Amino acid sequence: MSKRVLMKGNEALAEAAIQAGCIHFFGYPITPQTEVAAYMSKRLPKIGGVYLQAESELAASNMLLGAAASGIRAMTSSSSPGISLKTEAISYMAGSDVPALIINVQRGGPGLGGIQPSQADYFQATRALGHGDFQVLVFAPSTVQEIMDLVYLAFDRAEEYRVPAMILADGMLGQMMEPVVIEKPQTSAHEKPWAANGHKNVRKHNIINSLYLQAEELENRVVERYRRYEAIKAKEQRAEEYLMDDAEIAVVAYGATSRIVKAAVKEARERGVKAGCIRPITLWPYPTDTIVKYRDKVKCFLSVEMSMGQMVEDVRLAVNGAAPVEFYGRTGGVIPEPGEVLDKIMELGR
Amino acid sequence: MEYKIKIAGFGGQGILFMGKVIAGAGLADEKEVSWLPSYGPEMRGGTANCSVCISDEPIGSPLVVKPNVFLAMNRPSFEKFIDSVEPDGIVIVDSSLIDEKASRTDVRAFYIPATELAEKNELSGLANMIMLGKLLKESAFCSKQAIAGAVESCVPKSKQHLIEYNLKAIGIGESL
Amino acid sequence: MSVIFEKPKALCDVDTHYCPGCTHGIVHRLVAEAIDELGVEGQTVGIASVGCSVMSYNYFACDMIQAPHGRAPAVATGVKRAHPECVVFTYQGDGDLAAIGTAETVHSATRGENITVIFINNAIYGMTGGQMAPTTLPGQVTQTTPYGRDVSYSGNPIRVCEMLSTLDGVALAQRVAADSVPHIKEARKAIVKAFKNQIEKKGFSIVEVLSTCPTNWGLSPVEAMQWLRDNMIPYYPLGVYKDIDDKQ
Repeated sequence: MSKRVLMKGNEALAEAAIQAGCIHFFGYPITPQTEVAAYMSKRLPKIGGVYLQAESELAASNMLLGAAASGIRAMTSSSSPGISLKTEAISYMAGSDVPALIINVQRGGPGLGGIQPSQADYFQATRALGHGDFQVLVFAPSTVQEIMDLVYLAFDRAEEYRVPAMILADGMLGQMMEPVVIEKPQTSAHEKPWAANGHKNVRKHNIINSLYLQAEELENRVVERYRRYEAIKAKEQRAEEYLMDDAEIAVVAYGATSRIVKAAVKEARERGVKAGCIRPITLWPYPTDTIVKYRDKVKCFLSVEMSMGQMVEDVRLAVNGAAPVEFYGRTGGVIPEPGEVLDKIMELGR
Repeated sequence: MEYKIKIAGFGGQGILFMGKVIAGAGLADEKEVSWLPSYGPEMRGGTANCSVCISDEPIGSPLVVKPNVFLAMNRPSFEKFIDSVEPDGIVIVDSSLIDEKASRTDVRAFYIPATELAEKNELSGLANMIMLGKLLKESAFCSKQAIAGAVESCVPKSKQHLIEYNLKAIGIGESL
Repeated sequence: MSVIFEKPKALCDVDTHYCPGCTHGIVHRLVAEAIDELGVEGQTVGIASVGCSVMSYNYFACDMIQAPHGRAPAVATGVKRAHPECVVFTYQGDGDLAAIGTAETVHSATRGENITVIFINNAIYGMTGGQMAPTTLPGQVTQTTPYGRDVSYSGNPIRVCEMLSTLDGVALAQRVAADSVPHIKEARKAIVKAFKNQIEKKGFSIVEVLSTCPTNWGLSPVEAMQWLRDNMIPYYPLGVYKDIDDKQ
């Protein structure tokens, strides 16, 4: 077994990217993700990479666009208010079929909000990470080890489908330390014959572009992309099922919240209520199939989030009226305690 | 056994560092561990606290809300968290800085003048390690070898000369 | 029969969408000639910006990336940092470079980002149909300054080369014009130098080309050339504002 080391979630995000061959990073400080940038600034210059601190999140994400369009693995990271600025380049990358990785270590909003953990950017990540018809792959780790695994997967799948990918974490995961085993990823970077890095007089010039002034042409481009999205939905849904076999109450939670939920679920079982947890690992594509599998078996679903209720809409879409869907959440940076989630489960179990 | 440890005090007292050493010791003992700091303006002098879990099982919530170990290094933190400690939990209080005692009797409370002892032994700034030493004596949260290794790995490479002082402070705590 | 004039190899053999009399065609040609002269087409990546020149990705024969409005220098930075062996240039208008992209312009310049910036200043937003640009002259009538630009109300025009010349990272900041044969010859030299600087790793080079917009100025191409000479050059004097070679 490889050695376990203690690492902060933010450091693991950075180290995983380096292990995956991403040695170009364009950053801008913002709490609670700044350790990602700090880690990169320390490591990258020593391994022939580039850490560049941009003048703004806008610039950082457009540097990412340029680097990724030139065919390399690159990423940027930020926290909620900064992600809003990065959406400009994310939409362009989606529209130009440029794969890249964006990290969001969520904090409370709206506006400047707060700096404590939050999951209030779920809608943004899964519905509107910029203007136009598009999706990005969204992965939601719940442990520091899983951060590493999902960074590898995110780079790989982004390149396979030529779409941007996001790791949607939160301040708690970013700031906490846990043991991790650092292992090289199984897959290597994909070939990128489309990249703009000089045609070397051996091919026609490559154009990375999202502009199509002919409506039908743009429609064709978007429709082609949505065919890829359908393939992603069919193949890339991921979820963990915890104590779901005989569960009567399915508590749905992702990221840091799922850990609190699991503690509450365990406690509920000790008190005689058959609760289980479904933990979406991909938020887009949403693991609809897992919800569908249980919608006729359980008495009800309960979505628990650090928000006023965002993912609950995807649960409802998947349940499609087959069972009641309840919600419990805290927001603004307040982390729900296992006790409050337990109370809600017990109330539903009555 | 799951240790759910809350450490709280002022920024600058080495609260987070102490948590890292404890987590590092748990790691060395091949336990599951987590360390979660409070973060934000605290690091510039306000109150600071961190949650550390050590367990044989995977850690659920890394946020400790009902600690079974509580180390208090200032009065506001003592007041804030003392009621949340689980019955039979261990409470260690730096009595140099906190002149209050727990009104509840269902916890194992220890009052040690950690800050004064640190000054007296020319270990200024290492009251945190004295607290840690006392915890080591009162609970078996980690093995002896683990703690020394954890101190070594937590002290930055540029400050390796401080390892000895840290270990000395832990020894003082253990002797109390 | 010998060929005495031909299309530069670095330009694609396609029709452009530019209006009759627009000087984009001239500047495209100068950029392509520079790429040909230096023999770097195979390693060049151009960054198209937002504005009339947005579709320049179809006209230059090198690899091209189309950037969001104002962000061409940031996109160029990403390419150059990932591929230092590439020759990277941006081609931007005045709205793109001196309004929405001011931060990207200033910071790539002060970082000494080793890229080449071709800046088309025609004192107007062309693509959207003739609104006030950051470089619109005092008194100039546009769609959004229908009574003429009142500087006490709309603010003053920005002189980009003068501003950037104060930054340490800048290797070359030169203003030229596309209005006459002597000026175009001067512009050609400046653009070649701006590319050469990059190959020689000298840092950020910008060539500002005073250009015409007959359509949105409401003038014939010939009148537009004269208007440029009479109005723009006095406000935006031609010349070298910074050249690190001069110091040595």
